[in-house]
Parts: sequence; C-alpha cells; structure tokens
Amino acid sequence: MIMAQKYKKKKKRKKFSWGWFFTYLFMFVLVAFTSLPLIYMVSSAFKPLDELFLYPPRFFVRKPTLRNFSELLTTLDSTAVPFTRYVFNSLFTTIVTVMGTVIICSMGAFALEKYDLPWANTIFNIVVAALMFSPQVTQIPNYLIVNKLGMINTYWSLIVPKLAVAYNLFLMKQFMEEVPDELLEAAKIDGARDFRIFWTIVMPMARPAWATLIVFSFVSNWNDYFSPLVFITSQTMKTLPLALQTIQGGPGQVARSGAMAAATFLTTLPTILIFLFMQSRVMETMAYSGIKA
Amino acid sequence: MDVNVNTVEQSQNEMQKAPQKRDQFKAFWNRYGPGYLMLAPFMILFIIFILLPVVTAIGLSFTNYNILQPPKWAGITNYRLLFTDDDVFLIALRNTLLFAVVTGPIGFFASFFFAWIIDQLKWRNAFALAFYAPSLTSGIAMSVVWLYFFSADRYGFLNNILINIGIISEPILWNMNPDTILPVIIIVSVWMSMGTGFLVFLAGLQNIPREYYEAAAIDGVQNRFQELAYITFPCMKPQLLFGAINAIVNSFGVFDVAVSIAGMPSPNYAGHTIVAHLYDHAFIRFNMGYASVIAVVLFLLTFLLGRLSMKIFSTDN
Repeated sequence: MIMAQKYKKKKKRKKFSWGWFFTYLFMFVLVAFTSLPLIYMVSSAFKPLDELFLYPPRFFVRKPTLRNFSELLTTLDSTAVPFTRYVFNSLFTTIVTVMGTVIICSMGAFALEKYDLPWANTIFNIVVAALMFSPQVTQIPNYLIVNKLGMINTYWSLIVPKLAVAYNLFLMKQFMEEVPDELLEAAKIDGARDFRIFWTIVMPMARPAWATLIVFSFVSNWNDYFSPLVFITSQTMKTLPLALQTIQGGPGQVARSGAMAAATFLTTLPTILIFLFMQSRVMETMAYSGIKA
Repeated sequence: MDVNVNTVEQSQNEMQKAPQKRDQFKAFWNRYGPGYLMLAPFMILFIIFILLPVVTAIGLSFTNYNILQPPKWAGITNYRLLFTDDDVFLIALRNTLLFAVVTGPIGFFASFFFAWIIDQLKWRNAFALAFYAPSLTSGIAMSVVWLYFFSADRYGFLNNILINIGIISEPILWNMNPDTILPVIIIVSVWMSMGTGFLVFLAGLQNIPREYYEAAAIDGVQNRFQELAYITFPCMKPQLLFGAINAIVNSFGVFDVAVSIAGMPSPNYAGHTIVAHLYDHAFIRFNMGYASVIAVVLFLLTFLLGRLSMKIFSTDN
C-alpha cells in the first residue's frame, strides 16, 4: 500500500538559475491560460450593461455594479420560474446525493475491507472494473427503471441512481486499509455494535477520505448535465446547468447578457469555494486513488 | 429389531443434523451478517443502476424498442445499420475518436508533467489550485465565457485581436464553421482536463519517499530525467493507471461542452459526438434498441482501452 507518511521535501533549490527562472516563467504563462477565463467570468458578472457590449471588448470591469445580480433575481422572477428555484433544485439534490453517497459507499467499503466477507475480493474487482464504465452507457436502462418507478421529473431521479458510485467505494476502501484491525477488535471486546464501530471509530479516522468524497461528489453532481437533461422535462424541476441554457436562450441572445453573466458566476462559485476549503484534506487522500493491477 | 434400532438412530442423526445446520448458519450470520447488511445498500443500488443496466443495454441492442410497445427481437440489424447505413454515426465516431486521441493523451501527459513540475516548485498549493480550478467548473457555465472569446462577431476577443494584428480581415465564425468547431471544443476541453488525474499524480509524487531518490543517486542516477524513468514512474504506476482510466472515460464521454459550444445538431454535425448521437436516438427519437447499440460501442471502447491501460501500468513484474 502507499505509505501514508508525509515527506516534507526540503526546499534546497534556493539558488538562482536560468533553468528555474524559465520554468517559473513558463508556469506563470500557463496559470494565465488556466485562470484568465475564470477571471473574465468574475469580472463580467460585475460589468454594467454598457461595458458588456463595449467595442473593442475590455477584459476587466471599470465600474463594478451588482445590477446584473438584481436583474437575475427580479426580472427572471417575473418569468414562470424564478432563478432561486433553480438554485434550490441544484442545492437540494446535490446535498442529499452527497450525504447519501458518502454514507452508503463508506459503509460498503468498511464491510468489504474489515469483515473478510466471502466474495469480498470478487465484489471489489467488479467495482474497480466499473470505474471503466462511462456513465452514459447505463443511461438508457436507468431511464427505463426511473420511468417504471415513476420518478421522472422528481428530485429522486437525480439522487437515487447516483448513490452507488464505484469510485467512492473504491477510494474509501483503499483508505480504510490503514485503519488498524486491533482497534476494531478492542472496540468489539468492549461491546460496541458493528454500526457503532463504523460510525464512531472508523468514520472519524477516515475523515480526509470522506471530506474528499464530499468535494468530488459535490462538484460532479452540481455540474451534471446529462442526467437532468434525460430525467427532467418540467421547467420548475431543472437544475442550474440546464437553467443556464434556458436563460441564455440559445446562441446570439443578447437581451439577458447581464443576468447571464451573473448566473454563470453564481453557478461556478460553490464548486471552487468548496475545493478551496478542503484542498489540504483532498491532497492528503488523493494518493490512495492508485489502482493496483 | 435391527431395523428399529437403525431407524431410531437415523432419526436421531437427522434431528441432530438440522440444528447443526442452523448453528452453522447462525455462526455464519454472527460473523458476516453485519458486514453484508452494511454492504447491502451499496450493492443493491450498484446492481440496479450500474451492473444490470450494462447487461440490459447489451440485451436491448438486439431489439427494437420504443418504450410504448414491448421490445421486438431484431438480431444484429441495429449493429448493421449503425456501421453501414448511419453516416451521422460515422461522423460522430470520427469526431469522438479525434477528440479522444487529442484530449485523452494530452490531458494525461500534461497532467503528469505539470504535477511533476509543480511538485518541485514553491507555492505548490496555489499552482495546484490554478491548474485544477478549470475542471471544477461546469462545462455549460464556462462555455458561456468561451463563447465570448470565440464569438463570431467583432465583439469576440479572439477575432478582435486577430483583426487588430492584421492576421485576418473578416471575423471567423469559430463556433459555427464546421472546420473550427472541433478545434474549439478540444481547446475548451484541454483547458478543463487537469482534473482528478492531475490531483492524484500530485499527491502520488508527494508520497514517494525521499530516500528512494537518495539511494538512486548513490547507485549512479545523475539527472532529473533518469530519476523520472527509474524511480518516479515505477512508484507511480497505480496512480498513473487511475489517471489513464479517468482520461479515457472522460474523453470518450464528451457531450456537454460540445453541445453548448456548437449546439445540437451542430452545423454539418461537426460537433456531433457518440454521446450526442446516443442522446438523440434514445431520448429524442426513443429508438432505445438502436441507441443501446451506440451505448454498447461506447462501453466496449472505454472498457477495452481501460483493460489495455491495466496491462501497461501493471505492478506485477
């Protein structure tokens, strides 16, 4: 298994050299490439309408304003579905899915790793193989199932099919290999029940791992476009990625450019914030994502 | 008499056997029961929404099914139609393969390369964030921003710059011209491609014990590139395998960026992908059987490539 020790590498390369100078220069240029679209997005969200349609186009905002946000909240309120409804749809389905998948996948991983279950290895190998399935492959039968269960156009359709995620179980199981068996034995002798052991001993120890799962599940569910596209047809049930397309009203639509820029900003913000808060935990966990084949 | 004794013994035996079996089951249940109970929610959902659907998709691909009427057996007709009669699918296949060949390996190697560089720099976390942030964004949301850059009129940044420099005199219709649609989709996707794989590589690099490098230096490894070949790569195989599988699944599943940049259907199907074709047949025309063939093709492509990368990054030897 990968060693969990953290090796602080000594920063001994303090001396100036042209090689490092150009490496840094090169990296800063690339950082510009990766971050400029994001900066442009943030800056546009605060641009007054005349700056949005300035010619020649200008990158940074001159006179920042919150008018785009109020336009988003008020003008769109007068249309059939207020913007806040989309925000609620996205938040609700994402949060429920994240909580559900973290608990279900951690519990499964704990059982597979610590109970010596017959077939545990076969099951785990199937889960690893499932990492190679594109989610779109299962979409048609999933649609048929969700349709049969009468879940089309409900929040359930965006939650239930996405609870059992192969990657989540895989990551948790790798991480739980580090939880010492002796600790669990001791708890058992003290009379703790199985679920209690899982909840009060294993989960606190696996905190970096499920913190990571929270980040990844949040990001992928928040940004998911394909499932709501397939499962949701009613305008009131749409999530933000679909709603953005409605607000945009197709290419070439200029009337709502300000509201659109604000909506884009609000849609992107949560995922970046959540990663920012959890970054150190995520980095602690990611080495466990290695697949031994 | 003998017979009687025997039957008594037999029945006694049987009476003992039954409780024995029950005891065995009890012992088994005491030992494994809680484990299986905790695994159950995952397994049930996993089987219903992932394993069975793959099998069902393969089954449906041999039928004609429009949801309203029960599926009708069609043999391999769907497969024949897809590969011989469906020009749009061949375009989608070509686009997806082109896209995957560029973004898959580029995303994969660039992720590793930049993780490797960033690992040696100061402000490692800040660099990591700057590289990873694009993949946190929604493809739909960011395509709005990219459309400003590639906008077809003179308000578009790229057109504006190119006209100012004098390279072009007329604005280029980046997201409407069949020749430029795919490159634009590829650029946006490459921008978003430093994803999970990148983070896994970075974390893996941080976990390689320093002593390995010191020992290698004594054994005569001289420069950074030899270090890379003899220590870093072998130590990173599990992470590299994960990154490769991730890159394969993502690059073949391209859909939302393509749709939001080029629209659907796109001009001359220049931005049409396998998943777009699947969506079109399954959820617009409700040809579930035919769409399942597309799903099976997609499944085979990613699964076989995944298996291949398992061979390449095997840690057995």
